[in-house]
Amino acid sequence: MAVAEEIRASSDTLLSVKSPRKPANMGQFIRWALLFIGGILMVMPIAFMISTSLKWPHEIYNLRLIPEEPTIENYTFVLEDGRFYWWFVNSIIIATITTICNVLFDSLVGYTLCKFKFPGRYIIFIAILSTLMIPTEMLVIPWYLMSQQFGWLDSYWGIMFPGLMTAFGTFLMKQFFETVPDDFIEAARIDGLNELQIWWTVAMPLVKPALAALAIFVFLGNWTAFIWPLIVTNSTDMYTLPVGLSSFGDEADVAWELIMTGAAISTIPTLVVFLVFQRFIIRGVVMAGLKG
Amino acid sequence: MANLSIKKLTKAYGATEVLHGISLDVHDGEFVVFVGPSGCGKSTTLRLIAGLEEVTSGIIEIGDREVNNLEPKDRDIAMVFQNYAIYPHMTVRKNIGFGLRSSNLPKADKEKRIDEVAELLGMTDLLERKPAQLSGGQRQRVAIGRAMVRDPAVFLFDEPLSNLDAQLRTQMRLEIKKLHQRVGSTIVFVTHDQVEAMTMADRIVIMKDGYIQQVGTPSEVYHKPANTFVAQFIGAPAMNMVPGVINASNAIELGSGSVVPMGRNLAEGTKVLLGARPEDLVAGDGPTIIEGNVNLQEPLGHETLIYVSTKAGEIIAKADGRTPPGVGAKVSLTSAPENLHVFDATTGDSLT
Repeated sequence: MAVAEEIRASSDTLLSVKSPRKPANMGQFIRWALLFIGGILMVMPIAFMISTSLKWPHEIYNLRLIPEEPTIENYTFVLEDGRFYWWFVNSIIIATITTICNVLFDSLVGYTLCKFKFPGRYIIFIAILSTLMIPTEMLVIPWYLMSQQFGWLDSYWGIMFPGLMTAFGTFLMKQFFETVPDDFIEAARIDGLNELQIWWTVAMPLVKPALAALAIFVFLGNWTAFIWPLIVTNSTDMYTLPVGLSSFGDEADVAWELIMTGAAISTIPTLVVFLVFQRFIIRGVVMAGLKG
Repeated sequence: MANLSIKKLTKAYGATEVLHGISLDVHDGEFVVFVGPSGCGKSTTLRLIAGLEEVTSGIIEIGDREVNNLEPKDRDIAMVFQNYAIYPHMTVRKNIGFGLRSSNLPKADKEKRIDEVAELLGMTDLLERKPAQLSGGQRQRVAIGRAMVRDPAVFLFDEPLSNLDAQLRTQMRLEIKKLHQRVGSTIVFVTHDQVEAMTMADRIVIMKDGYIQQVGTPSEVYHKPANTFVAQFIGAPAMNMVPGVINASNAIELGSGSVVPMGRNLAEGTKVLLGARPEDLVAGDGPTIIEGNVNLQEPLGHETLIYVSTKAGEIIAKADGRTPPGVGAKVSLTSAPENLHVFDATTGDSLT
């Protein structure tokens, strides 16, 4: 009885305690403030890009965010310039093909390294990973010499070949395939599927978030790629958007308003890709981070 | 349906041999359960039969056809995995039908087959659901359905009930047994749970350290264990073992001073272990085998298990459920002679 009373008394005490109102949290305030500043820093370049695209040439060095005399003349000029469409199409073709190739090849290699036991597997994986440590600037010269020797200069193939498969993509996919239970693979093997069918029918649908994340990374990477397309292309018809946009203006002056207009238009596909796949990219990044 | 034969099967990983030449014949339509502690080689044996691991030496025959060098898909087997291995991105219908992908059956026949299996498993209403919308038991049924749809010669089950809660496990156990009675397929079932083995098997294969310890019906392995390992592995709580020595009158002299008659002639001085299952050892009148003080009670309702501290160590015995001897009480434990087992203390082999 005494124990029961003791329990009742202590539970009454617990129940009578009201949860105190949360005091203003200084730490939380600082976090919000930092996030706000970070957000502003992120948005400002985009805001200035759009602002500049709506300015007349004489106004572009004026740092006012709101143009004094807003105009859509730059958009009319860029969209009426036939070259812009070529560059846009070139970028779409290159980014799309590279993305498809990365999704296929990176996942095939990642799957193989993850699910097949063969001698040298670990060495191959390390060798692939080690290429992540070589900066692109160092690779540009061998790529150029190679393109020259094979006759790939100023061609789609020349622009695309260095990025058709990436070490990062292989690593990302391998990490994701680790989450696919071996039982799934073995069950499919018993059910009569060959290895390629297992990869495509069983494993690939299970790593969709990773594939989407990889697709977005690769698409954006190729959409904004500048150095290599600039080096490997000669004719303006083969330019990609970033290279083409940089060519606006002449030797004496850079037409910033046109560059910003082109950049604003070229942002649209990346925004669409991001908005469509954003839930995948967030999941993909979080999972890749956790696994890595 | 088909028989399965394993002849001198070995498996080694590098220099480490994990299966040491086991042989077994599984008859057509038989339900055989492999049971043993972790690392005993039961799952490895199953994976070798399935073709998921390469045989080091020995022969595996399914339906009198050697399958050593055949791919898993060509062995005419189906396997149910511990983690179900049902694909989360496919509906139940697609999961069950997955096993028919490589079959040459017309689409209509495949659908008919899926419907038949779903009906047999009581899953007709769940065919369009995704696995995430199913309970553990339903998922397990889908996994069984996927195996059944192919109508294989041999079904292989790799600890399929381990992930289920106790109640569901009992239910699924019953369902699998009923299913076997209905379809009469040859089944090889792996488990570490001796209750599953006892309740489901036509024959039990008890393994330890890559060797088969005993093959027999549940009754045989329970009542006539081949050695101390089987005796203690099958049955819960485990069989009590009391050390003793054969005396000049061919009886066992126990350390406690008691003498138990021996039904078989053995050399004087042979060291033996007297085995008695807790349920066969009761506190009461009769020739005392061992005595001691109760130091713990485990009430089970209809009976109470008592833990008795004796000169030979702690012994578990059965007592009445209503009026068990209290903690600290001195008890004399007795058993019918036919329920006692005698083992060689050195080899562990049965001497009865």
